[in-house]
Amino acid sequence: MTANIRYKSRIPVKTVPERFGMDAIMLQEKLVERLLCPRVRTARQKVHRKSVKKGFDFTLMVAGESGMGKSTLVNSLFLTDLYKDRKLLNAEERINQTVEIIKHTVDIEEKGVKLKLTIVDTPGFGDAVNNNECWKPITDYIDQQFEQYFRDESGLNRKNIQDNRVHCCLYFIPPFGHGLRPVDVEFMKALHEKVNIIPLIAKADCLTPNEIKKLKDRIREEIDKFGIKVYQFPECDSDEDEEFKQLDKELKECTPFAVIGSNTVVEARGQRVRGRLYPWGIVEVENQSHCDFVKLRNMLIRSHMHDLKDVTCDVHYENYRAQCIQEMTRYVETEKLIKMKDEELKRMQEMLNKMQQQMHKDQ
Amino acid sequence: MASSDVERQPYKGVRPLSLAGHVGFDSLPDQLVNKSICQGFCFNILCIGETGIGKSTLMDTLFNTNFENFESSHFEPEVKLRAQTYDLLESNVRLRLTVVNTVGFGDQMNKQESYQPVVDYIDRQFESFLQEELKIKRSLHNYHDSRVHACLYFISPSGHSLKSLDLVTMKKLDSKVNIIPVIAKADTISKSELHKFKIKIMSELVSNGVQIYQFPLDDETVAKVNTTMNGHLPFAVVGSTEEVSVGNKMVKARQYPWGVVQVENESHCDFVKLREMLICINMEDLREQTHTRHYELYRRCKLEELGFKDTDPECKPVSLQQTYEAKRQEFLVELQKREDEMRQMFVQRVKEKESELKEAERDLQSRFEQLKRLHADEKSSLDEKKRLLDEDQSSFGKRRAAAQLLQAQSLTANGKKDKDRKK
Repeated sequence: MTANIRYKSRIPVKTVPERFGMDAIMLQEKLVERLLCPRVRTARQKVHRKSVKKGFDFTLMVAGESGMGKSTLVNSLFLTDLYKDRKLLNAEERINQTVEIIKHTVDIEEKGVKLKLTIVDTPGFGDAVNNNECWKPITDYIDQQFEQYFRDESGLNRKNIQDNRVHCCLYFIPPFGHGLRPVDVEFMKALHEKVNIIPLIAKADCLTPNEIKKLKDRIREEIDKFGIKVYQFPECDSDEDEEFKQLDKELKECTPFAVIGSNTVVEARGQRVRGRLYPWGIVEVENQSHCDFVKLRNMLIRSHMHDLKDVTCDVHYENYRAQCIQEMTRYVETEKLIKMKDEELKRMQEMLNKMQQQMHKDQ
Repeated sequence: MASSDVERQPYKGVRPLSLAGHVGFDSLPDQLVNKSICQGFCFNILCIGETGIGKSTLMDTLFNTNFENFESSHFEPEVKLRAQTYDLLESNVRLRLTVVNTVGFGDQMNKQESYQPVVDYIDRQFESFLQEELKIKRSLHNYHDSRVHACLYFISPSGHSLKSLDLVTMKKLDSKVNIIPVIAKADTISKSELHKFKIKIMSELVSNGVQIYQFPLDDETVAKVNTTMNGHLPFAVVGSTEEVSVGNKMVKARQYPWGVVQVENESHCDFVKLREMLICINMEDLREQTHTRHYELYRRCKLEELGFKDTDPECKPVSLQQTYEAKRQEFLVELQKREDEMRQMFVQRVKEKESELKEAERDLQSRFEQLKRLHADEKSSLDEKKRLLDEDQSSFGKRRAAAQLLQAQSLTANGKKDKDRKK
């Protein structure tokens, strides 16, 4: 299975009307400011202004079977329409489909803060009849980005390094089963040491609150059982206020998030909200009692974006780098091992010969 | 229903007569009904769908009862089928219902062989019925018909199209069983999406030549209903065994924070349509189709495989018995031939082994001779050496004796000389 990487052209800067959350990045910075002394504060202000000028970047990967609502969720998260002209394949075309990698890059701006957002899409994952090793193109892609960064970092001219490493992977688990399926387990195990995995329960409007709770417990159990290392929220400092701690605790107990996505605006309770219209009611995407979309959005964009990037740089990338370097040195070691084995083989052969001769003599 | 209402093709040579009074054979259908009720009915449903898609819940909802179901895991190594038979009773009509569920369908990484256990199961039921039919002493009226009458295929509500596995499986099954596709967990698709989804599914099925079950249109009383229902395929269903109070009634429904999905509300889902079509109206037609179309196809293929034909090469009708005799002869001849072959092979093998052993014996013999000769040679050479050594020894002994004598002589001579000089 080959990885086809297609790069879509960058869509120019868009201003997003609704309150989006990038000013929350600034808010995070402000909170830290308050705790530090004046000299550090001015330094931080400088850093702040500089970073605003430079803009932020974030690479998000979405993975899951087709029909899980990945595109709708991405559109809902970032309030834009990334997937205007996509073509969906028919069932017979998907029997032997290979996984592709498609990158969409968008520039969005809110209150002066610019964000270069890259969404890495993985159409075809889990769609073929034979899905053995269907994650290989994805792991290859992530490794490629690491490799490129590694090379850039070790190069001579390091002024304009482009960071294309994948900061976060949203994995969509179908809500129609009883828990994780083999393909989910295999995928997450192949990727948990290369990228921050955030598992999500897709299309959560087919589950009643009890069923959601049961499924979440089941999935958490299975993640532990199979030893999958999903992204862990960092522990909050002991001197944070109670409200923050409470929110943090709730967030952690809510994983995996059960999400619903929608780009259509409907009229509910006298307001215009984003939601899905059914004959029996209206599901509001931003209603916390309906689904965890708001929690996901807050976590992903408003509070943990930097942490995701940090973990990618400090943990996953460093692991990759250490492995790379080790392999280069391990090559020498393997040669030694091979020599030793050769010698052993020779010795054994000599012994065999001797024994054969003895047998001949005895005869 | 008077006899004049029914149109019949007049047989050739049989003239229709009119009756002068009431005879009474218009009670024949009632007699049939009574007999059937006494006997009881039998219906077998096969449910194919991914684990957790709602097969058991839908069966519970359809038949308003609680079949003992247990959750299966997603980690089954291969697809299996689990059949359970129940006896249901509704106002003195007995139904023997067999529900067959797939276990582990769609969970494996490699799903290329997933359809095979299902096909095998269906064929096995056909085979056992065929065996019963071909028996010498058979009891067909007592026979528990286990052939699958209807297959509910549960489509996952992705909202886009069929999955590749669905297409592959349905193609393999459409000539063996009546397939009724249903969209499971339909409360996750909105009305507009559902409409597009249904159209996409039907167009995909048509373009791939998959023949799903069409509700029959030849019986006027139900033709109208069936035509409309055919347009609603595949049915989007929601199953639930829990009851929620809506208004002042308890109905089967699913309670969400944003509303209540009522299972039996036609504007919420197509459950009522499915129940009507499957059970109330077309159950008998499903059984008939299974017997006349799918089973006959199976039977024909099977018997043709075995070499039976309806007409021999000269286009004269051949009876089953003749064909059977011919087959038997052929078989015996073949058996004889095989036996002879084996005997020949056995003889040949024995000969070969014998010659091998003989050769080995000769080999050993020659080697023994060789060794003996070698041994003899060595012995003679050693003897020779010994002789030489003895000779040497003896000559040496002689020489030594001679030398000693000489020495003794010279000593005495010297002694004499000394004596002489001293004098």
